[in-house]
Amino acid sequence: MNESHKRGRIGDLLFFNVTRAFAALTLILLIGIILSLTWSALPSIKAFGFGFLTSSEWNPPAERFGALVPMYGTLATSLIALVIALPISFGIALFLTELAPAWLRRPLGIAIELLAGIPSIVFGIWGLLVFAPIFGEHVQPWIAKTIGSLPVIGSLFSGPALGIGILAAGIILAIMIIPFITSVMRDVFELVPPMLKESCYGLGGTTWEVVWRVVLPYTRVGVIGGVMLGLGRALGETMAVTFVIGNASLLANFSLFMPGNSITSALANEFAEATPGLYTAALIELGLVLFVITFIVLTLSKLLLLSLEKQSGGKH
Amino acid sequence: MSKMQFFKQTMLAVAISASAVSAFAVEITGAGASFPAPVYAKWAEAYQKATGNKVNYQSIGSGGGIKQINAKTVDFGASDMPLKAEVLEKDGLVQFPTVIGGVVPVVNVSGIHAGQLKFTGQVLADIYLGKITKWNDKAIAELNPGVTLPAIDIAVIRRADGSGTSFIFTNYLSKSSDEWKTKVGEGTVVQWPTGMGGKGNEGVSAFLQRIPNSIGYVESAYAKQNKLAWVSLKNAAGNYVSPEDDSFKEAAATADWSKSAFGEILTNQAGKKAWPITGATFILMHKVQDKPGQAAEVLKFFEWSYKNGDKMASDLDYVPLPDSLVKQISASWSHIKDASGKAVK
Repeated sequence: MNESHKRGRIGDLLFFNVTRAFAALTLILLIGIILSLTWSALPSIKAFGFGFLTSSEWNPPAERFGALVPMYGTLATSLIALVIALPISFGIALFLTELAPAWLRRPLGIAIELLAGIPSIVFGIWGLLVFAPIFGEHVQPWIAKTIGSLPVIGSLFSGPALGIGILAAGIILAIMIIPFITSVMRDVFELVPPMLKESCYGLGGTTWEVVWRVVLPYTRVGVIGGVMLGLGRALGETMAVTFVIGNASLLANFSLFMPGNSITSALANEFAEATPGLYTAALIELGLVLFVITFIVLTLSKLLLLSLEKQSGGKH
Repeated sequence: MSKMQFFKQTMLAVAISASAVSAFAVEITGAGASFPAPVYAKWAEAYQKATGNKVNYQSIGSGGGIKQINAKTVDFGASDMPLKAEVLEKDGLVQFPTVIGGVVPVVNVSGIHAGQLKFTGQVLADIYLGKITKWNDKAIAELNPGVTLPAIDIAVIRRADGSGTSFIFTNYLSKSSDEWKTKVGEGTVVQWPTGMGGKGNEGVSAFLQRIPNSIGYVESAYAKQNKLAWVSLKNAAGNYVSPEDDSFKEAAATADWSKSAFGEILTNQAGKKAWPITGATFILMHKVQDKPGQAAEVLKFFEWSYKNGDKMASDLDYVPLPDSLVKQISASWSHIKDASGKAVK
């Protein structure tokens, strides 16, 4: 064994250990955050137990706290955002990679990336001052007249058209996550080998068939990753939601027109002025709940990926 | 004089002046309430110009101020909500007020201008309880003969974030309505039975101006600067009063500050002209000081500010404390002592 070879091996070993230490650091940080959150939330966990998750009461003067309202707000707004953003992002990414003329691709792509760079507070203020009035005056009455008159689903779209509330927050979130999902989708769509697509076209496939049968199955993992990235951002978004969700800690009904509250906006609104003791502990427990929700969402997406891989593995 | 000598002398001069600065310039730090932050910043700037001493105030919220002073990371804490005498005793703290502010109910009803509507605390509480839901309700009409109000739902707006403004407002509603007191209570955040929340005074006023037939409440300075249509209120003496400096001052002057360790909430005071939703903001300090020198500097700063800062406070739409109260506060400072029991100032 010569000298330089040996030196190379020492270097490799060093490199391996340094990178391993970095990786371990994230794990230590994660565990540290969970431990400190749990520790600080302990008074609240002891006082309310499991009832914290099922109670819709949020009453600081009486020191009775429950997470149901903000949990509903966080999940509902994120779900609305995803339902709106997914088809639109898919369409944009598809247009950019398959259909757009070459000269249009770059400017459109840059425009979408710029949209991703806008600070969330700008979305919040724009949502409150520009979007909400238009939405409340023109869009909400129309939704109430059309969808609102249907049985069952209609109850989700009832109530006064204020322009702010859970639906408005969901739409603002959708606008915010579209660029993220779109740019990931576009990147993975571009990775599909041209030969595969051309073969399908050669067999007489339409653009739709190429996308549905070749591009999507090939990029499934990346697409789901992009969607999860968007969902993660929607779950954790704070300022934009705080401005337009209405910040009401009561759950009179499940209508999406009504003002609600999300976990992050409850934290942003109340943490600074919360008195030490049970109130602060309950707010920290809210943070812990968000942590767990995000963890569950990520786990579910991993399971979904695994089962998809098994399915496609079985077919071939 | 050789070059070397000149260099040495210059260095010496620099060293002396540097040590002089570090020996004489004092820096004190405080943290807490955001409501008085602009006036503390103004006072600190003027104080530094006058004395060379630096005051570093961080506006992190009242809850944060209480936590920081208990952890002794700052020389003084600040809170919009006075601490109860028992809590002060338990944590070894003293408190004193610095400036006064008022909270003003404001409305957006077409055709109604500032000062035109008259409310009682009971009516205001019933609106915020969701019991009075229409503008032409009998309870409102009785107080306002000659004013035609629409038969439209009242859109109730309130603060979403924890704030001293909400604390003073809900404290007033608790004093005005037993139902409010038992059902909702008082606090920087409460479980509001109705309405929607805007973030900060600007959030409330954005909702108010956008949503017709709405009612909200904001700091008086904010209502004034944005020319919002305020409502006059019936005070404890039975008079309808308007939110102005004199009526806030009268609320502070008529309060009995001695019985609550300065933890007086100025709502519903007895004075003839007193505005019923008035409140002060407070400074918190430890009774026994580990660093008596720093504590003395804090007291010097506030002494200077009480003496010279009234105009700066008024310019920023705060109301300075009445002189009688400042005297009582200065007298109370003898309770702040060092470890050996000697007053720091």
